[in-house]
Amino acid sequence: MIEVDHLTKNYGPVAAIRDVSFSVSPGQIVGFLGPNGAGKSTTMRILSCFMPPSSGAAKVAGYDVFHQSMEVRRRIGYLPENVPLYTDMRVAPYLDFVAEVKGVGRADRRRRVADVMDRCLIADVQNRLIGKLSKGYRQRVGLAQAIVSDPDVLILDEPTIGLDPKQITEIRSLIKSLAGQHTVILSTHILPEVSMVCDAVIIINKGAIVAQGPIDSLVEQFFPTSRIEVEIAGPPPAVRDRIRAIPGVLTVHDQAPANGAARYTVEAARGRDVRAEIFQMAAQQRWDLLELKRVGMTLEEVFIRVVAGEESEEAAVAEVAADGAAS
Amino acid sequence: MRIWPIFKKEMRLYFTSPVAWVVFTIFLLIGGYFFYSIFAFFTQASLQSAMNPQMGRELNVTDSVMRPLFSNISVILLLLMPLVTMRLFAEERRAGTIELLLTYPVRDGAVLAGKYLAALVLYAIMIGLTVLYPAIVVYFARLEWGPVLTGYLGLLLMGATFIAVGVFASSLTENQIVAAITTFGVLLIFWILGWSADYAGGTAGRVLQFLSILEHNDSFSKGVLDTKDILYYVNFTALALFLTLRSLEARRWKG
Repeated sequence: MIEVDHLTKNYGPVAAIRDVSFSVSPGQIVGFLGPNGAGKSTTMRILSCFMPPSSGAAKVAGYDVFHQSMEVRRRIGYLPENVPLYTDMRVAPYLDFVAEVKGVGRADRRRRVADVMDRCLIADVQNRLIGKLSKGYRQRVGLAQAIVSDPDVLILDEPTIGLDPKQITEIRSLIKSLAGQHTVILSTHILPEVSMVCDAVIIINKGAIVAQGPIDSLVEQFFPTSRIEVEIAGPPPAVRDRIRAIPGVLTVHDQAPANGAARYTVEAARGRDVRAEIFQMAAQQRWDLLELKRVGMTLEEVFIRVVAGEESEEAAVAEVAADGAAS
Repeated sequence: MRIWPIFKKEMRLYFTSPVAWVVFTIFLLIGGYFFYSIFAFFTQASLQSAMNPQMGRELNVTDSVMRPLFSNISVILLLLMPLVTMRLFAEERRAGTIELLLTYPVRDGAVLAGKYLAALVLYAIMIGLTVLYPAIVVYFARLEWGPVLTGYLGLLLMGATFIAVGVFASSLTENQIVAAITTFGVLLIFWILGWSADYAGGTAGRVLQFLSILEHNDSFSKGVLDTKDILYYVNFTALALFLTLRSLEARRWKG
């Protein structure tokens, strides 16, 4: 549905995106992930035909965004980052205007506008001035204008930014409900959002794509093992050998011992849960098992590794933590 | 071409915001004052000529009331029209709504046409309201409708040019004030060009005279339809609109 082929956009001497390629199949929800200034908005602006690329090509619904821009525009719904709306217009007339500009026939328009207001939960404010609405309502009006013409492809730039937790949940479930009939590409820098809403993810950093694919396979690709942390009060060399003897265990690292017990980080083949065996082993040896936990490998770790791996890792961890808290 | 929805939206914005009402009020207030003083002066002159029949032969209500009125209205327009057009693109750019508007399935030309026509219709309504003045005149005196009609045609053509210049200025910036001042500056320059024509003399003088934007309006209010004047306004308008389209496209590439 969306095919991006070696796309590059220069702002003067600065390249906002370099040689970006990816594709999105019909009915998918794809998360476009990256730190601020990575080139997410630039890519979306090109896809939405707002500006042409410097080189490379992009096709939406089979049409080129530059050469067949009108055909593309007929088939997309776009929500720019800061949700620009006409603050002097009322909600229902505004949506009617958008529907008319997008070519929805007079007969269909009233029904479509009413329908979209119901879906986006804005029917109760339909006669209010958009400028007087709260941020959450404005965001939903923005989403409503994107879907009012029932487009094949939705391009949503940070659709949940600046909303409160309840509104975020509502918008997410609305976006999820669009899957299947619409192809959705949404950008965000909130990691849990991607795992919750999207089928696949594209991670972009400094204008270049660093990882892409379905979330599970991406995690597998970057972390082919599962990791367990265990704390056992016993003689470290013996404990290490015993754990290593368990089938499936690949490596064992010990960490700083505390109060006579030592912590071990155990890596095992992915899909193999060795926790029960560790417990049995410790019980047999009459060693005290103080802690046993699985360390989950999530998209966050993938993101940190690919985006911030080469630079300061702590800063990225802090940013992700802050985003996680914000969502 | 989906001009109609854009046109409707712009009209709605003019009338739901106070812009249209304030412009109408101020325009009619000043226009009314000019009309009153011109008409009162004419009344006095007619009273004097009643005692001096020789002078009366020179008096003509079309020539001494309507012609100066049209020329005074032109000056009000020079001040007011930049305020009507400044919003059209500058505000869309400032608010970011241009990003949505230019990704809807409408061509830049249709967006421009919708906005331009909205301003033009607003303007037509505005000068349409001044028909009240000749209507008052006709109650007291015999008016020649021909020159009045061509006078209005002249105003319409000149306004169309003012608006085109204003739309162009508005497409250059995201600041409405900058757009208004630029429009005003350009229009004023093209007005005062005519003043220096007298000193320049010769070919230079004729060129300057020809470039003057208000000069061309005078023959209309005399009841003369000169292709030279019509072409001047039509070409000026077309050039400004063409430049606006180019400016919209340039902005796209710059992002």
